[in-house]
Amino acid sequence: MVRPYAMTRGRTSHAVQHRLDLIAVVVTEPHVDDPEEDHALAPEHVRIVELCRDTPQSVAELGAELDLPVGVVRVLVGDLVDEEMVHVTRPVPPAELVDESILRDVINGLRAL
Amino acid sequence: MILGRTERGKPPVEPVTLKILVAGGFGVGKTTCVGAVSEIKPLRTEEVLTEAGRPFDDTSGVESKSTTTVAMDFGRITLREDLVLYLFGTPGQDRFWFLWDELATGALGAVVLADTRRLEDCFAAVDYFERRSIPFVIGVNCFEDAARYPPETVRRALDLDPDVPVVLCDARQRESVKEVLVAVVRHAMAYAAEHRQAVTT
Repeated sequence: MVRPYAMTRGRTSHAVQHRLDLIAVVVTEPHVDDPEEDHALAPEHVRIVELCRDTPQSVAELGAELDLPVGVVRVLVGDLVDEEMVHVTRPVPPAELVDESILRDVINGLRAL
Repeated sequence: MILGRTERGKPPVEPVTLKILVAGGFGVGKTTCVGAVSEIKPLRTEEVLTEAGRPFDDTSGVESKSTTTVAMDFGRITLREDLVLYLFGTPGQDRFWFLWDELATGALGAVVLADTRRLEDCFAAVDYFERRSIPFVIGVNCFEDAARYPPETVRRALDLDPDVPVVLCDARQRESVKEVLVAVVRHAMAYAAEHRQAVTT
């Protein structure tokens, strides 16, 4: 049992995070080869880099997958953004989506489930 | 992690992500509803009490206790490789309302699940979404031992605007929950179209 914020060295926020949305998508940069060689990274950093390499995933999914509180994931992702090992795609606000056919695609996709 | 690694120069698909909230009183079927259409994952958020819970939590003398854990349900529905819908079950307890703001920001819309035996449990959620202008539908979860009421009766009891959809549903049934979610998306589309009109006229 480790106190959750131990791995963030007590930090509860990060300059780049701007409260990263729960559904913001984390994508590993293609040039990142072997994050384990970077000894400045915690094992959790490495896992995020590996998880988001093949399947970019949301902050919420990373929290569930790594069993870490969302706040911790935000700090760790912020570190990785600083290191240019991942980038984050912020979700499109719904107000900017509605003109597009995306919502129709959502309806069709739900029906086809 | 060598197997399955994406070839260099072929970036993975970055999906468009959307979220719909599932709200309602304790025991109304929020978890069941999310689970009917997606694989549920538990999500923990640690909130720093000095920021989030200041009005409620007196930590003087126990300064080391600086965070509180809140668990919520969330599910992922992959509609297409490049289109993902997330469902978030909102925490039921009133003292976690501060989390709603984060969940609600950027949400496409919401389902407010209602149980006709204790309709008052969903008043708070209805108020919240009305005040934030977040499009929502009422999903009346038809429990087997509860009396059935027509949607119009529920609408009157909740004092809803005429355009808010009221849908009878069974939170255990995948098809039923799918229809509720489709109703949310449709309502969000109509809501946005109406607002655009209001801005241009």
